[in-house]
Amino acid sequence: MTNDAIRFFFDRYGLTLANIDSLLSRALARGGDYADLYFEYRLSNSLGLEEEIIKSATKSIHQGVGVRVIVGEKTGYAYTDEITVESISRAAETASHIARTVGASRLEGVNVSARAHDLYPVDVPLSSVELDRKIELIKETNRVARSLDRRIREVQVSLADELKYVMIASSDGRFAGDVQPLSRIAATCIADDDGNLQVGRSGGGGRVGIDFFESVLPPDEVARLAANQAIIQLDAMDAPAGKMEVVLGPGWPGILLHEAVGHGLEADFNRKGVSAFSGLIGQRVASHLCTVVDDGTIPNRRGSLNIDDEGETTTRTVLIEDGILRGYMSDYLNSGLMKSQRTGNGRRESYKFMPMPRMTNTFMLAGQETKEDIIKSVKRGLYAVQFGGGQVDITSGEFAFTASEAYLIEDGKVTVPVKGATLRGNGPESLKNVTAVGNDLELDSGVGLCGKGGQSVPVGVGVPTLKISEMTVGGTQV
Amino acid sequence: MNKELLEEFATGVVRQALQSGASAAEAVVRQRTEFSVGVRLGEVETLEESADEGFGLRVLIDGRQASVSGSDLSPEAIASLVKQAIMLARATSPDDSAGLPDPDLLARVVPDLELYDLAVETLPTEEKIQLALRAEAAAREVSPKITNSDGGGFDTSTGVAVLANSLGFVGSYSGTTCSLTTVPVASDGEKMQRAYWYDVRRKLSELESPEEIGRVAAERALRKLGARPVETQSVPVVFEPTLARELLGDIFQAVSGESVFRKASFLVGQLGERVAVDSLTVVDDGQMPGKLGSRPFDSEGLPTRRTVVIRNGILENYLLNTYTGRKLGLKSTGNASRALVGAPGVGAGNMFIEPGTKSPEEIIKSLSKGFLVTELLGFGVNIVTGDYSRSASGIWIESGELTFPVQGVTVAGNLKEMLNSIETIGNDLDFRGSLASPTLLIGSMTVSA
Repeated sequence: MTNDAIRFFFDRYGLTLANIDSLLSRALARGGDYADLYFEYRLSNSLGLEEEIIKSATKSIHQGVGVRVIVGEKTGYAYTDEITVESISRAAETASHIARTVGASRLEGVNVSARAHDLYPVDVPLSSVELDRKIELIKETNRVARSLDRRIREVQVSLADELKYVMIASSDGRFAGDVQPLSRIAATCIADDDGNLQVGRSGGGGRVGIDFFESVLPPDEVARLAANQAIIQLDAMDAPAGKMEVVLGPGWPGILLHEAVGHGLEADFNRKGVSAFSGLIGQRVASHLCTVVDDGTIPNRRGSLNIDDEGETTTRTVLIEDGILRGYMSDYLNSGLMKSQRTGNGRRESYKFMPMPRMTNTFMLAGQETKEDIIKSVKRGLYAVQFGGGQVDITSGEFAFTASEAYLIEDGKVTVPVKGATLRGNGPESLKNVTAVGNDLELDSGVGLCGKGGQSVPVGVGVPTLKISEMTVGGTQV
Repeated sequence: MNKELLEEFATGVVRQALQSGASAAEAVVRQRTEFSVGVRLGEVETLEESADEGFGLRVLIDGRQASVSGSDLSPEAIASLVKQAIMLARATSPDDSAGLPDPDLLARVVPDLELYDLAVETLPTEEKIQLALRAEAAAREVSPKITNSDGGGFDTSTGVAVLANSLGFVGSYSGTTCSLTTVPVASDGEKMQRAYWYDVRRKLSELESPEEIGRVAAERALRKLGARPVETQSVPVVFEPTLARELLGDIFQAVSGESVFRKASFLVGQLGERVAVDSLTVVDDGQMPGKLGSRPFDSEGLPTRRTVVIRNGILENYLLNTYTGRKLGLKSTGNASRALVGAPGVGAGNMFIEPGTKSPEEIIKSLSKGFLVTELLGFGVNIVTGDYSRSASGIWIESGELTFPVQGVTVAGNLKEMLNSIETIGNDLDFRGSLASPTLLIGSMTVSA
């Protein structure tokens, strides 16, 4: 057996191929079209610094198995946190209750599937790095942030990492496994200028090893970004209210795509006909300048996976091409019912949840213009470079995301910082207003967490500098 | 394991931590059985049923603190995590305020707060399915304009929570919850609109009827049809109870000891001062019988209690656990709350705004112009500065009447000013969850289109 994750589960829990086959057959004992088993073992660590001391250190180990049985549009699901044949068998029995007929299911014996990707070969995952080396990283971040400006009054830094082993077997014979490292550093700075308090945040990571935090995104960079953001906000004026031309900086502002089109293009909402994008394949949903993809195959990215949580190899899916809607992100259940392509987007938070169509790394391809030319072309507008979170109503298409660092553009020049404000738009309409796309595509630094149906999964987003002719800016200055 | 065995287990983990070198330790064990049925268009779509358990351990070695958690309760797994916890604690820095609570403050009795309902635990699967189907069917019957459904469901959970610490405290309690939701989609042929309605309770008999939940959900979706933006302007804004409770959630963040000791709240340093209009009284009560936010003791073993946070506009108390209390030179208010892993944070019990006397209809009638907010999107609330900016949907008010639906706008202001410009508090307080607020009328906010 060549798969590290499968070997891990077999060795640790004394499982055999025959066990897997018999558990799948137990799940389909009352009939059903499909069954799968999702094994997970997750090791998580975190360290937190605050008030200049290492205040918290945690470690968690959680493991379990989820069993799913599908009959047409119906799904039965059960999980257990005990990885033994008896306990999984009981979960399989519970999940099988969704099917009421006996026996006509097709069951292939499982065979280990070939691996298509090796996207995160990490020499030293953070989970095996000695504590002192990790502590030094966050202490250094704190030191640098405080040294940058005397008005930085408090600094919080955290470093979190996990190592997740997954093993997935399904009744169509698929048998796959993956070892998934994930880590993230985050810093928060509070600036205090005589009672004027402002916050700045930064962070990043991915499916990377310790070297990433020592070279690609070193402590001084994390510190500088968070401290600068807090300091800039000290002088921010109230945000304007009303419609404005908006320029988004590259990288994390790609959360626009995640909210405006991403969720609305997840297959489950479209199969049910409840998305504002339902039935729009082949139609114009964005300006001709926009090509948007979801790509789970970019090495070391936070949203990337070798296989999705149904064992399917991840892919690059073109969602919007030159402004025309081309495809949805799909999983086993929805691609089967919609007779469409399975795209490797079946994801879940943990073994306690059923998978559903989710984004991986969602971004817009680069265009032709330089950032300087785009800004120069704006008479009066908002230049938003950093954002907090966003949210969407997928049926009406209404979405909102909140700028945490933004400036006014006046006569083609970036002038004063303005306070954070929510930007709103409508999914199928907003990308039609894209009037310029920069040549500077960046993906975010690796901090995104997406929530849907009560499940959180890590994702990536990205955009080049973008100009949007009109968005509602939710400030207070009428 | 039954409760006695779980208590013994938790005490055993604490003992093992002390034997391994901890100077103090605290263990939690949680055990949960969950059921969930999802329905859509009259059919069962998903059926889930599971049981799980997990434990968490916090250890202290002379002010150095660390914590671990796991879902494997075998002796080998425990022993290994206890060892890891000790190792981690040795790597952290001493923190004067970290530690277990003052032993005198620990709960001595575990009152029965009616958190457990046998009817929830024993309800047959077929009846659970019927509740979910009835709510969806009721929504679809309201109008032919309810053309689709994003489904709905009925969920139950039964759980046991156990806490033990090295000061000799050990306690446990059981609880149930049940919730019913439905999400109809309305269409006028041009645009679709969704809405959801729900109820969540500890007792099955208190749950709103599926027919009522379906009817309200459908009406909430139908009234959004034909929505349009309005001009940018400053107007009085009415928050419906479901949205007013989100504002209350923002107030909780601002009075939580975690924000206050970090000076990351717009309410820092204002105990005893006026922070809101006279008519505003905000209470947190962790002891209300049968309510979702009730617990006999908090996550450090202190009795929960009733705390007046804001009385007639004056900030009287922050909500604190032991750590944030020590940081601020105050006593814990019994609001420690924790996940399996990590040190205790601060959580609300049942937090609510005292109702006023006016009905929501009277509040709307009182306005010559205004905006009734029925949905909010986005996370544009800054607790440090109070700056508030969110995308909103709702209904426009003209001459005391609800006129047309509004979508495609934001509402913005600052929480400090909003608290001081609450003009009317409704009489419609209803606990649908652990945070509850009646309708609130804010004198003026910026509506931006």
